Amino acid sequence: MTARSPLGRAPALLWVPALVAVVFLVVPLVALVLATPWGSFVDDLRTPEVRAALWLSLRTSLATVVACALVGTPLAWVLARVEFRGRGLVRALVTVPLVLPPVVAGVALLAALGRSGLLGAPLRDATGLTLPYTTAAVVLAHTFVALPFFVISVEGALRSAGEAYDEAAAVLGATRWHTFRRVTLPLALPGVVAGGVLAWARSLGEFGATVTFAGNYPGTTQTMPSRIYAVYLDDPAAARTLAVILLLASVGVLLLLRNRWLTPGAAA
Amino acid sequence: MNRPTLRTATPALLLALLPLAACGDDDADAGSEGGELTGSITVAAAASLTGTFEDLAAQFEAEHDGVEVDLVFDSSGTLADQAAEGAPGDVLATADLRSMERAADAQAEEPVVFATNDLVLVAPADNPADVTGIESLDDADVTYVICVETAPCGGLAADALADAGVEREPASLEPDVKATLSRVVEDEADAGLVYRTDALAAGEDVQTFDLPERLTTEYPITLLDQSRNTAVAQAFIDFVLSTAGTDVLTAAGFGTP
Repeated sequence: MTARSPLGRAPALLWVPALVAVVFLVVPLVALVLATPWGSFVDDLRTPEVRAALWLSLRTSLATVVACALVGTPLAWVLARVEFRGRGLVRALVTVPLVLPPVVAGVALLAALGRSGLLGAPLRDATGLTLPYTTAAVVLAHTFVALPFFVISVEGALRSAGEAYDEAAAVLGATRWHTFRRVTLPLALPGVVAGGVLAWARSLGEFGATVTFAGNYPGTTQTMPSRIYAVYLDDPAAARTLAVILLLASVGVLLLLRNRWLTPGAAA
Repeated sequence: MNRPTLRTATPALLLALLPLAACGDDDADAGSEGGELTGSITVAAAASLTGTFEDLAAQFEAEHDGVEVDLVFDSSGTLADQAAEGAPGDVLATADLRSMERAADAQAEEPVVFATNDLVLVAPADNPADVTGIESLDDADVTYVICVETAPCGGLAADALADAGVEREPASLEPDVKATLSRVVEDEADAGLVYRTDALAAGEDVQTFDLPERLTTEYPITLLDQSRNTAVAQAFIDFVLSTAGTDVLTAAGFGTP
């Protein structure tokens, strides 16, 4: 708090609110852990429903990160590097899902891709395929809510990296695609990784959009948050155990990533 | 040596940790003045009682000048847990006996069953999958939904499927009966198992089929220990149990115990 540095002491005006923020964020988590009935912890972890939900959460959150990387990185690049009319509007539209309540996001997805949705109905008539109640629908719902986080993060990294190196590469004869692969992307990589972690975290905690669009069935669409909610209706104590299981799993992955990728200086 | 210490920070910490929720305070001396009921009460009721309790509260307020009924609707289990933890409130009404038991510590009296509700099968208005009854749920091209097993309507639905010998699994276990109904109304499912009152509330949007075996849930109501206006709370419970109350309930599709 008061490390000796040429800059002098940290002013109370900064470290006091910082301390308040830490306390505010940590106390509920500590309370959750303290309120967990540890006696049944291992048994709860072993139930087939919980294992199925954890496994599904893991798969869908990773698939979400991949989906975000595949379409989000190009979108961030276009927003950061290409001048076109209406760019501000596109940027605003892309970030709208950030402010949508998750349930509303689910309702919007149903309106578009549900059985009788704008695109869902023709799709069903043509192929007999329906999206709701499938694992693909879970990934779609998660991608819808996580993609804005990813795009904002990557676009910020691309902007702060600047275009000077891109131009240098172009002057030296590199094609635009080559420049993107060998210069732009490596420079923005910390932002891409940070965006990926944000998207992954958002996906892991998503409940409203998942349950509204994809539904809730063990093994196919019941993610860990959905399981926690279902158990909470009946047995709040058991739900707290499941919440701690999800918490531990998330913190474990985040720590792993932090050591591997998000070293200070590299993180956005 | 004006180094900031924990002492200078404490007020800020305490301030930040103060809960932001302010509690509206009623007249502490509310109740009955010379036989006249006054003051306000809070009634916590299961989500499936929303429409009927709004009507009942309005009628009750019209009958008693100076009485105000605040309504809180949520899932029965959640409300029962909150009541057991001492959340402010005067009356609790749940959609099944099991969740009412979760509030046993907060009950000022033995709960009374004031209404019943039947499980029914609903299909979208245009019935795209030609559902004719619960046995239709075994057809491979019928997508159906029920409540999650931890919700009261889910337990009943599981019984209904077992009674009818339905082997096929539902497409989704919805968090509550309203979500189950909206899947059917929105044509995202070919059929669903909901309460008769929900089917009635959906009106023209659904077709309703009775089940071969009647499956019923009972709605109990009770006065809470933490009530600060027992006179008005008790009067409201009596009103719900009265003929006028029963009329409102049966009009909405509830059965009588």
